[in-house]
Amino acid sequence: MKLTLPLDKETLKILRIGDTVELTGNLYTARDAAHERMISTLEKGDPLPLNLEGVTIFYAGPCPAKPGEISGPIGPTTSVRMDPYVEPLMKEGVVGMIGKGDRSPYVAELCKEYGAVYFLGIGGAATLYGKTVKEVEIVAYEDLGTESIKRLYVEGLKVIVGIDTKGRVLQDEEIARYRTRSS
Amino acid sequence: MRVINTVELVPLIRKLTMKACIELDDNLIGALEESEKREESPLGKEIIGTLVENARAAKDEGLACCQDTGILVVYLSIGQEVVWQGNPLEEMVNEGVRQGYRDGYLRNSVVLDPFLRENSGDNTPCVLHTDIIPGDRVKILVMPKGAGSENMGRVQVLTPAQGKAGVKDFVVETVEKAGGKACPPLIVGVGVGGTMEKSAFLAKEALKRPIGERHREKHIAELEDELLEEINRLGIGPLGVGGRITALDVHIEVYPCHIASLPVAVNLQCHANRHAEAVL
Repeated sequence: MKLTLPLDKETLKILRIGDTVELTGNLYTARDAAHERMISTLEKGDPLPLNLEGVTIFYAGPCPAKPGEISGPIGPTTSVRMDPYVEPLMKEGVVGMIGKGDRSPYVAELCKEYGAVYFLGIGGAATLYGKTVKEVEIVAYEDLGTESIKRLYVEGLKVIVGIDTKGRVLQDEEIARYRTRSS
Repeated sequence: MRVINTVELVPLIRKLTMKACIELDDNLIGALEESEKREESPLGKEIIGTLVENARAAKDEGLACCQDTGILVVYLSIGQEVVWQGNPLEEMVNEGVRQGYRDGYLRNSVVLDPFLRENSGDNTPCVLHTDIIPGDRVKILVMPKGAGSENMGRVQVLTPAQGKAGVKDFVVETVEKAGGKACPPLIVGVGVGGTMEKSAFLAKEALKRPIGERHREKHIAELEDELLEEINRLGIGPLGVGGRITALDVHIEVYPCHIASLPVAVNLQCHANRHAEAVL
């Protein structure tokens, strides 16, 4: 299905694990270093450099853009490293995350509690993903280079719902279906 | 004796770096296409199809196939009849790396100090391995290694009593713990024997072997087949969404070891199995 960003609460509620979704609109990139800075800012009681209300975060750091291109190749990084930062950012209004790989069980609980969704990006489809980016603007932490927070306007970025607002986890259910090895 | 100026390495390494990050080879593409036919999970199948399409687009347009263009591992196998002239060899290798990442518009993903974590800004230094071989040539192989799969590698020194069963359990457990984080379908590199660091080195050596090729020793080739089957029974599937294809292949390299040791290391390689080589 095709969805427009930002995602509203009603739309988030109808998404189910395994749904393939094409996203169009603004995403914000943040990975390890940007998360660490946002969290230490919040801990000090200072304001964040961007409003996170309704935001979907893309755990990603792009390659540099070639001259004449809008964005370099870009794709999801491993999400589990960002798990400790999920709750404080959901409190600030984050409703969606795009990354790769499974997460700590408590992230599924948080998705349920806050009505948020975790999307699995296609790890390694960076050339195709780069082409969906129509605008790039550095929003914060420019000194972090590829790790800065960037606003990306994407058109038709393909992702899969990995954790839905009911707290169901795609990998837990699907891996069990295909597993033929006894533990 | 053959005299080579180290500066000759610069353009070669520049070119190999860009090639490795942009072009996935036919061996890998063929293995992905073949696995797409065998994958039973509809989502898994779709993902493999997207990866093949992505690889084609990257090659056609000269763009990095994956945004994590890695820390670069460089292997120089130097003929013993070679005498080097000019600037220090390691500096020239890193100059090639610097130019390759800059001119290929590849991502800078190296921090200078593991604690202070300041980006070096040009993806240097690389991890350089050199060895001496017979003859007067220099074989160069570059392998950009992304963190998604590299982070999930493990080393352990087992006891001889744990034997083959212990090695198998360790390898399968490593792949299981990695799940979708390492970007399967994987190539699983296993090093057995030597010492702790030798096993880790062998595990990465194992990744150089083409997919589908077996170890020359029959008992090790059989173990590779057994492990591949076991791993694909985990159900992890492409990118961990569930499916039959978790690994494209398992390669094992071995070395003699101490009477009391059984070192084993696993180095995982994501589906963007990138490398490029040349002979100077």
